[in-house]
Amino acid sequence: MKRSMIDFWVGIFVLIGIASMVFLSLKVANITSFGSTNNSSYTLYANFSNIGSLKSGAPVKISGFTVGRVTAIGLNSKTYQAQVVMSIDNNYHFSSDSSAQILTTGLLGEQYVGIQSGADDTMLKNNDTITLTSSAMVLEQLIEKFMTK
Amino acid sequence: MKNLRKFVEKIGSPFSSFIFMLGELGKLLGMIILGLGYAIKRPYLIIKEVFFSGVLSILIIAVSGWFVGMVLGLQGYNTLQRFGSVSVLGSLVALALLRELGPVLSAILFASRAGSGITAEIGLMKATEQLDAMDVMAVNPIKRVIAPKFIGGIIAVPLLTALFDSSGILGGHFVGVTLLQLDKGTFWSQMQGSVSLHDDVINGLIKAAIFGVVVSLISVYQGLQAKPTAEGVSSATTRTVVHSALAVLALDFVLTAFMF
Repeated sequence: MKRSMIDFWVGIFVLIGIASMVFLSLKVANITSFGSTNNSSYTLYANFSNIGSLKSGAPVKISGFTVGRVTAIGLNSKTYQAQVVMSIDNNYHFSSDSSAQILTTGLLGEQYVGIQSGADDTMLKNNDTITLTSSAMVLEQLIEKFMTK
Repeated sequence: MKNLRKFVEKIGSPFSSFIFMLGELGKLLGMIILGLGYAIKRPYLIIKEVFFSGVLSILIIAVSGWFVGMVLGLQGYNTLQRFGSVSVLGSLVALALLRELGPVLSAILFASRAGSGITAEIGLMKATEQLDAMDVMAVNPIKRVIAPKFIGGIIAVPLLTALFDSSGILGGHFVGVTLLQLDKGTFWSQMQGSVSLHDDVINGLIKAAIFGVVVSLISVYQGLQAKPTAEGVSSATTRTVVHSALAVLALDFVLTAFMF
Protein backbone atom coordinates (compact mmCIF):
# COMPACT_ATOMS: atom_id res chain seq x y z
CA MET A 1 0.00 0.00 0.00
CA LYS A 2 1.17 3.52 -0.76
CA ARG A 3 2.67 5.55 1.99
CA SER A 4 0.09 8.35 1.67
CA MET A 5 -2.77 5.84 1.91
CA ILE A 6 -1.31 4.42 5.10
CA ASP A 7 -1.02 7.93 6.53
CA PHE A 8 -4.62 8.60 5.57
CA TRP A 9 -5.98 5.46 7.23
CA VAL A 10 -3.91 5.95 10.38
CA GLY A 11 -5.26 9.49 10.52
CA ILE A 12 -8.82 8.16 10.24
CA PHE A 13 -8.06 5.63 12.98
CA VAL A 14 -6.69 8.27 15.35
CA LEU A 15 -9.73 10.45 14.62
CA ILE A 16 -12.10 7.57 15.42
CA GLY A 17 -10.21 6.89 18.65
CA ILE A 18 -10.29 10.53 19.74
CA ALA A 19 -13.96 10.83 18.76
CA SER A 20 -14.72 7.77 20.93
CA MET A 21 -12.84 9.31 23.86
CA VAL A 22 -14.75 12.57 23.47
CA PHE A 23 -18.01 10.62 23.29
CA LEU A 24 -17.08 8.72 26.47
CA SER A 25 -16.12 11.84 28.40
CA LEU A 26 -18.92 14.13 27.26
CA LYS A 27 -21.90 11.88 26.68
CA VAL A 28 -21.24 8.94 29.01
CA ALA A 29 -19.33 10.36 31.97
CA ASN A 30 -20.47 12.89 34.48
CA ILE A 31 -17.89 15.50 33.58
CA THR A 32 -18.58 17.70 36.62
CA SER A 33 -17.31 14.97 38.94
CA PHE A 34 -13.83 15.49 37.48
CA GLY A 35 -13.58 19.06 38.67
CA SER A 36 -15.18 18.54 42.05
CA THR A 37 -11.90 18.81 43.94
CA ASN A 38 -10.49 21.88 42.21
CA ASN A 39 -10.16 25.37 43.65
CA SER A 40 -13.60 26.58 42.64
CA SER A 41 -15.22 24.85 45.59
CA TYR A 42 -15.37 25.36 49.33
CA THR A 43 -15.76 22.96 52.22
CA LEU A 44 -18.67 22.62 54.63
CA TYR A 45 -19.09 20.24 57.53
CA ALA A 46 -22.22 18.68 58.99
CA ASN A 47 -22.63 16.39 61.98
CA PHE A 48 -25.25 13.67 61.86
CA SER A 49 -26.25 11.18 64.54
CA ASN A 50 -26.81 8.57 61.86
CA ILE A 51 -25.66 8.72 58.25
CA GLY A 52 -27.24 5.44 57.15
CA SER A 53 -25.36 4.21 54.09
CA LEU A 54 -24.11 7.58 52.84
CA LYS A 55 -20.83 7.21 50.97
CA SER A 56 -18.15 9.67 49.97
CA GLY A 57 -18.78 10.86 46.43
CA ALA A 58 -22.53 11.13 47.08
CA PRO A 59 -24.15 14.28 45.70
CA VAL A 60 -25.14 17.31 47.80
CA LYS A 61 -28.40 18.75 46.50
CA ILE A 62 -30.52 21.78 47.10
CA SER A 63 -34.04 21.70 45.66
CA GLY A 64 -32.98 18.54 43.85
CA PHE A 65 -30.11 20.33 42.07
CA THR A 66 -26.57 19.02 42.62
CA VAL A 67 -24.30 21.72 44.08
CA GLY A 68 -21.47 19.61 45.43
CA ARG A 69 -20.26 16.23 46.61
CA VAL A 70 -19.45 14.47 49.86
CA THR A 71 -15.66 14.23 50.00
CA ALA A 72 -15.10 12.43 53.30
CA ILE A 73 -16.93 10.90 56.22
CA GLY A 74 -15.38 10.66 59.69
CA LEU A 75 -16.40 10.09 63.26
CA ASN A 76 -16.17 12.83 65.88
CA SER A 77 -14.60 10.96 68.79
CA LYS A 78 -16.08 13.31 71.42
CA THR A 79 -19.71 13.40 70.42
CA TYR A 80 -19.74 10.08 68.56
CA GLN A 81 -21.49 11.78 65.71
CA ALA A 82 -20.60 11.18 62.10
CA GLN A 83 -18.93 14.17 60.49
CA VAL A 84 -19.64 14.60 56.79
CA VAL A 85 -17.24 16.77 54.78
CA MET A 86 -18.80 18.33 51.68
CA SER A 87 -17.18 20.18 48.83
CA ILE A 88 -19.61 22.79 47.48
CA ASP A 89 -19.37 24.69 44.20
CA ASN A 90 -18.22 28.28 44.78
CA ASN A 91 -21.21 29.62 42.83
CA TYR A 92 -23.65 28.55 45.56
CA HIS A 93 -23.80 29.95 49.08
CA PHE A 94 -26.25 29.16 51.85
CA SER A 95 -27.44 31.13 54.83
CA SER A 96 -25.98 30.17 58.21
CA ASP A 97 -29.26 28.72 59.48
CA SER A 98 -29.51 26.23 56.60
CA SER A 99 -30.31 22.67 57.54
CA ALA A 100 -28.94 19.43 56.13
CA GLN A 101 -30.64 16.09 55.96
CA ILE A 102 -29.81 12.73 54.47
CA LEU A 103 -32.31 11.67 51.86
CA THR A 104 -32.74 8.69 49.60
CA THR A 105 -33.46 8.69 45.88
CA GLY A 106 -36.45 6.41 45.50
CA LEU A 107 -37.13 3.65 48.00
CA LEU A 108 -33.93 1.70 47.47
CA GLY A 109 -31.77 4.28 45.74
CA GLU A 110 -28.52 5.97 46.69
CA GLN A 111 -28.44 8.30 49.67
CA TYR A 112 -27.51 11.96 49.29
CA VAL A 113 -27.29 15.11 51.40
CA GLY A 114 -30.14 17.55 50.92
CA ILE A 115 -29.70 21.16 52.07
CA GLN A 116 -32.61 23.46 52.85
CA SER A 117 -31.76 27.11 52.81
CA GLY A 118 -32.66 29.27 55.78
CA ALA A 119 -33.58 32.94 56.11
CA ASP A 120 -30.50 34.39 57.83
CA ASP A 121 -28.54 37.13 56.07
CA THR A 122 -25.08 35.80 57.02
CA MET A 123 -23.74 33.12 54.74
CA LEU A 124 -21.85 29.94 55.52
CA LYS A 125 -18.15 30.31 54.77
CA ASN A 126 -15.36 27.85 54.01
CA ASN A 127 -14.90 25.25 56.80
CA ASP A 128 -18.16 26.22 58.55
CA THR A 129 -20.40 23.58 60.08
CA ILE A 130 -24.09 23.17 59.40
CA THR A 131 -25.61 22.74 62.85
CA LEU A 132 -29.20 21.93 61.98
CA THR A 133 -29.22 18.36 60.75
CA SER A 134 -31.61 15.47 60.61
CA SER A 135 -30.38 11.93 60.23
CA ALA A 136 -30.88 9.34 57.58
CA MET A 137 -34.06 7.36 57.48
CA VAL A 138 -33.07 3.85 58.45
CA LEU A 139 -35.62 1.39 57.18
CA GLU A 140 -34.98 -1.10 59.99
CA GLN A 141 -35.71 1.53 62.67
CA LEU A 142 -38.93 2.52 60.96
CA ILE A 143 -40.08 -1.09 60.79
CA GLU A 144 -39.10 -1.58 64.44
CA LYS A 145 -41.20 1.41 65.52
CA PHE A 146 -44.08 0.15 63.48
CA MET A 147 -43.80 -3.35 64.97
CA THR A 148 -43.55 -2.30 68.62
CA LYS A 149 -46.41 0.18 68.56
CA MET B 1 17.44 -40.34 46.46
CA LYS B 2 17.78 -40.30 42.69
CA ASN B 3 14.00 -40.38 42.28
CA LEU B 4 13.59 -37.49 44.72
CA ARG B 5 16.08 -35.45 42.77
CA LYS B 6 14.25 -36.17 39.54
CA PHE B 7 10.99 -35.19 41.19
CA VAL B 8 12.35 -31.87 42.43
CA GLU B 9 13.84 -31.18 39.00
CA LYS B 10 10.54 -31.97 37.33
CA ILE B 11 8.63 -29.57 39.60
CA GLY B 12 11.29 -26.90 39.56
CA SER B 13 12.01 -26.70 35.84
CA PRO B 14 8.79 -24.92 34.72
CA PHE B 15 9.23 -22.51 37.61
CA SER B 16 12.83 -21.74 36.81
CA SER B 17 12.06 -21.37 33.10
CA PHE B 18 9.29 -18.92 34.03
CA ILE B 19 11.81 -16.89 36.02
CA PHE B 20 14.21 -17.00 33.05
CA MET B 21 11.42 -15.80 30.76
CA LEU B 22 10.66 -12.88 33.06
CA GLY B 23 14.34 -11.97 33.06
CA GLU B 24 14.51 -12.11 29.26
CA LEU B 25 11.33 -10.04 28.97
CA GLY B 26 12.88 -7.43 31.25
CA LYS B 27 16.09 -7.40 29.23
CA LEU B 28 14.12 -7.04 25.98
CA LEU B 29 12.05 -4.22 27.46
CA GLY B 30 15.25 -2.42 28.46
CA MET B 31 16.69 -2.83 24.95
CA ILE B 32 13.44 -1.57 23.39
CA ILE B 33 13.42 1.49 25.68
CA LEU B 34 16.99 2.22 24.59
CA GLY B 35 15.81 2.00 20.97
CA LEU B 36 12.76 4.26 21.43
CA GLY B 37 14.67 7.38 20.42
CA TYR B 38 15.67 5.84 17.08
CA ALA B 39 12.07 4.85 16.34
CA ILE B 40 10.57 8.20 17.35
CA LYS B 41 12.96 9.99 14.98
CA ARG B 42 11.50 7.87 12.16
CA PRO B 43 7.74 8.31 12.66
CA TYR B 44 6.87 6.55 9.42
CA LEU B 45 8.04 3.24 10.90
CA ILE B 46 5.57 3.75 13.78
CA ILE B 47 2.72 4.94 11.54
CA LYS B 48 3.09 1.78 9.47
CA GLU B 49 2.84 -0.37 12.59
CA VAL B 50 -0.20 1.58 13.85
CA PHE B 51 -1.77 0.87 10.46
CA PHE B 52 -1.14 -2.86 10.63
CA SER B 53 -2.05 -3.37 14.26
CA GLY B 54 -4.65 -0.63 14.77
CA VAL B 55 -6.45 0.25 11.55
CA LEU B 56 -6.84 -3.35 10.46
CA SER B 57 -8.36 -4.22 13.87
CA ILE B 58 -11.04 -1.51 13.76
CA LEU B 59 -13.72 -3.76 12.32
CA ILE B 60 -13.30 -6.70 14.70
CA ILE B 61 -13.14 -4.36 17.69
CA ALA B 62 -16.20 -2.32 16.70
CA VAL B 63 -18.30 -5.39 15.88
CA SER B 64 -17.29 -7.27 19.05
CA GLY B 65 -17.95 -4.19 21.16
CA TRP B 66 -21.38 -3.77 19.61
CA PHE B 67 -22.34 -7.38 20.35
CA VAL B 68 -20.90 -7.35 23.87
CA GLY B 69 -22.93 -4.20 24.57
CA MET B 70 -26.07 -5.83 23.19
CA VAL B 71 -25.58 -8.93 25.34
CA LEU B 72 -24.98 -6.77 28.41
CA GLY B 73 -28.15 -4.83 27.65
CA LEU B 74 -30.21 -7.99 27.25
CA GLN B 75 -28.82 -9.80 30.30
CA GLY B 76 -28.95 -6.65 32.40
CA TYR B 77 -32.55 -6.03 31.39
CA ASN B 78 -33.63 -9.56 32.34
CA THR B 79 -31.93 -9.35 35.73
CA LEU B 80 -32.88 -5.77 36.61
CA GLN B 81 -36.51 -6.38 35.65
CA ARG B 82 -36.86 -8.72 38.64
CA PHE B 83 -36.04 -5.84 40.98
CA GLY B 84 -38.02 -3.24 39.07
CA SER B 85 -34.93 -1.19 38.40
CA VAL B 86 -34.48 -1.36 34.63
CA SER B 87 -33.82 2.38 34.71
CA VAL B 88 -30.20 1.74 35.75
CA LEU B 89 -29.51 -0.36 32.65
CA GLY B 90 -27.49 2.50 31.15
CA SER B 91 -25.11 2.70 34.10
CA LEU B 92 -24.77 -1.08 34.23
CA VAL B 93 -23.74 -1.32 30.58
CA ALA B 94 -21.43 1.70 30.74
CA LEU B 95 -19.66 0.73 33.97
CA ALA B 96 -19.19 -2.91 32.96
CA LEU B 97 -17.69 -1.85 29.63
CA LEU B 98 -15.54 1.05 30.81
CA ARG B 99 -14.09 -0.65 33.86
CA GLU B 100 -13.56 -4.24 32.80
CA LEU B 101 -14.84 -5.60 29.54
CA GLY B 102 -13.55 -2.81 27.31
CA PRO B 103 -9.88 -2.91 28.29
CA VAL B 104 -9.69 -6.69 28.80
CA LEU B 105 -11.55 -7.84 25.70
CA SER B 106 -9.87 -5.24 23.47
CA ALA B 107 -6.45 -6.38 24.70
CA ILE B 108 -7.28 -10.05 24.11
CA LEU B 109 -8.74 -9.33 20.67
CA PHE B 110 -5.69 -7.18 19.89
CA ALA B 111 -3.41 -10.05 20.93
CA SER B 112 -5.20 -12.49 18.67
CA ARG B 113 -5.63 -10.15 15.68
CA ALA B 114 -2.46 -8.03 15.73
CA GLY B 115 -0.15 -9.60 18.33
CA SER B 116 -0.07 -12.96 16.58
CA GLY B 117 0.65 -11.15 13.31
CA ILE B 118 3.57 -9.31 14.89
CA THR B 119 4.96 -12.59 16.24
CA ALA B 120 4.59 -14.34 12.89
CA GLU B 121 6.25 -11.47 11.03
CA ILE B 122 9.23 -11.31 13.37
CA GLY B 123 9.48 -15.11 13.47
CA LEU B 124 9.50 -15.28 9.69
CA MET B 125 12.09 -12.50 9.45
CA LYS B 126 14.20 -14.55 11.79
CA ALA B 127 13.63 -17.75 9.81
CA THR B 128 14.65 -16.05 6.56
CA GLU B 129 17.67 -14.52 8.31
CA GLN B 130 16.55 -10.96 7.64
CA LEU B 131 17.33 -9.94 11.22
CA ASP B 132 20.85 -11.36 10.91
CA ALA B 133 21.29 -9.54 7.61
CA MET B 134 20.34 -6.28 9.32
CA ASP B 135 22.89 -6.96 12.03
CA VAL B 136 25.55 -7.51 9.37
CA MET B 137 24.64 -4.16 7.79
CA ALA B 138 25.12 -2.52 11.21
CA VAL B 139 21.37 -1.84 11.57
CA ASN B 140 20.15 -2.81 15.01
CA PRO B 141 17.00 -4.92 14.44
CA ILE B 142 15.70 -4.10 17.93
CA LYS B 143 15.70 -0.40 17.06
CA ARG B 144 14.62 -0.76 13.46
CA VAL B 145 11.97 -3.53 13.67
CA ILE B 146 11.01 -4.30 17.27
CA ALA B 147 10.75 -0.82 18.84
CA PRO B 148 8.34 0.60 16.19
CA LYS B 149 6.08 -2.46 16.53
CA PHE B 150 6.12 -2.03 20.30
CA ILE B 151 5.20 1.68 20.16
CA GLY B 152 2.56 1.00 17.50
CA GLY B 153 0.86 -1.49 19.81
CA ILE B 154 0.91 0.92 22.74
CA ILE B 155 -0.70 3.66 20.61
CA ALA B 156 -3.29 1.35 19.09
CA VAL B 157 -4.66 -0.45 22.18
CA PRO B 158 -6.08 2.57 24.11
CA LEU B 159 -7.64 3.96 20.92
CA LEU B 160 -9.17 0.58 20.13
CA THR B 161 -10.44 0.31 23.71
CA ALA B 162 -12.17 3.69 23.45
CA LEU B 163 -13.77 2.49 20.21
CA PHE B 164 -14.82 -0.80 21.85
CA ASP B 165 -16.39 1.05 24.81
CA SER B 166 -18.27 3.51 22.61
CA SER B 167 -19.60 0.90 20.24
CA GLY B 168 -20.58 -1.31 23.21
CA ILE B 169 -22.52 1.53 24.82
CA LEU B 170 -24.29 2.18 21.54
CA GLY B 171 -25.06 -1.56 21.33
CA GLY B 172 -26.54 -1.45 24.83
CA HIS B 173 -28.50 1.64 23.81
CA PHE B 174 -29.80 -0.21 20.75
CA VAL B 175 -31.11 -3.12 22.85
CA GLY B 176 -32.36 -1.04 25.78
CA VAL B 177 -33.91 1.93 24.04
CA THR B 178 -34.67 0.78 20.50
CA LEU B 179 -35.69 -2.83 21.10
CA LEU B 180 -36.94 -2.88 24.71
CA GLN B 181 -38.49 0.60 24.70
CA LEU B 182 -36.70 2.01 27.74
CA ASP B 183 -36.87 5.77 28.12
CA LYS B 184 -33.99 7.37 26.24
CA GLY B 185 -33.51 10.23 28.70
CA THR B 186 -33.44 7.91 31.71
CA PHE B 187 -30.90 5.68 29.99
CA TRP B 188 -28.42 8.50 29.38
CA SER B 189 -29.00 10.45 32.59
CA GLN B 190 -28.61 7.37 34.82
CA MET B 191 -25.41 6.61 32.95
CA GLN B 192 -24.07 10.14 33.36
CA GLY B 193 -25.01 10.11 37.03
CA SER B 194 -22.98 7.04 37.86
CA VAL B 195 -20.01 7.15 35.47
CA SER B 196 -17.24 9.46 36.54
CA LEU B 197 -14.70 10.72 34.04
CA HIS B 198 -11.68 10.22 36.25
CA ASP B 199 -12.54 6.98 38.07
CA ASP B 200 -14.08 5.07 35.21
CA VAL B 201 -13.15 6.49 31.80
CA ILE B 202 -9.56 7.56 32.43
CA ASN B 203 -8.65 4.63 34.68
CA GLY B 204 -10.05 2.28 32.04
CA LEU B 205 -7.88 3.86 29.36
CA ILE B 206 -4.79 3.74 31.61
CA LYS B 207 -5.50 0.05 32.08
CA ALA B 208 -5.75 -0.34 28.30
CA ALA B 209 -2.38 1.38 27.80
CA ILE B 210 -0.74 -0.99 30.31
CA PHE B 211 -2.31 -3.97 28.54
CA GLY B 212 -0.95 -2.55 25.28
CA VAL B 213 2.58 -2.57 26.72
CA VAL B 214 2.22 -6.15 27.98
CA VAL B 215 0.66 -7.61 24.82
CA SER B 216 3.14 -5.85 22.52
CA LEU B 217 6.06 -6.99 24.64
CA ILE B 218 4.87 -10.61 24.66
CA SER B 219 4.28 -10.50 20.89
CA VAL B 220 7.74 -9.25 19.99
CA TYR B 221 9.37 -11.54 22.58
CA GLN B 222 7.69 -14.64 21.18
CA GLY B 223 8.64 -13.56 17.66
CA LEU B 224 12.29 -13.26 18.65
CA GLN B 225 12.21 -16.57 20.52
CA ALA B 226 10.51 -18.52 17.72
CA LYS B 227 12.42 -21.45 16.26
CA PRO B 228 13.29 -20.56 12.67
CA THR B 229 11.03 -23.23 11.17
CA ALA B 230 7.42 -23.25 10.00
CA GLU B 231 6.46 -25.25 13.06
CA GLY B 232 8.37 -22.94 15.38
CA VAL B 233 6.66 -19.83 14.02
CA SER B 234 3.23 -21.40 14.30
CA SER B 235 3.75 -22.48 17.91
CA ALA B 236 5.15 -19.01 18.74
CA THR B 237 1.97 -17.33 17.49
CA THR B 238 -0.10 -19.71 19.60
CA ARG B 239 2.01 -18.91 22.64
CA THR B 240 1.54 -15.18 21.99
CA VAL B 241 -2.24 -15.47 22.20
CA VAL B 242 -2.23 -17.81 25.21
CA HIS B 243 0.36 -15.89 27.22
CA SER B 244 -1.17 -12.51 26.38
CA ALA B 245 -4.65 -13.60 27.45
CA LEU B 246 -3.33 -15.05 30.72
CA ALA B 247 -1.15 -12.01 31.43
CA VAL B 248 -3.99 -9.58 30.69
CA LEU B 249 -6.46 -11.41 32.93
CA ALA B 250 -3.98 -11.77 35.80
CA LEU B 251 -2.80 -8.17 35.50
CA ASP B 252 -6.39 -6.97 35.32
CA PHE B 253 -6.98 -8.30 38.82
CA VAL B 254 -3.94 -6.46 40.20
CA LEU B 255 -4.76 -3.20 38.40
CA THR B 256 -8.40 -3.30 39.50
CA ALA B 257 -7.32 -3.79 43.09
CA PHE B 258 -5.03 -0.75 42.75
CA MET B 259 -7.32 1.58 40.88
CA PHE B 260 -10.92 1.19 41.99
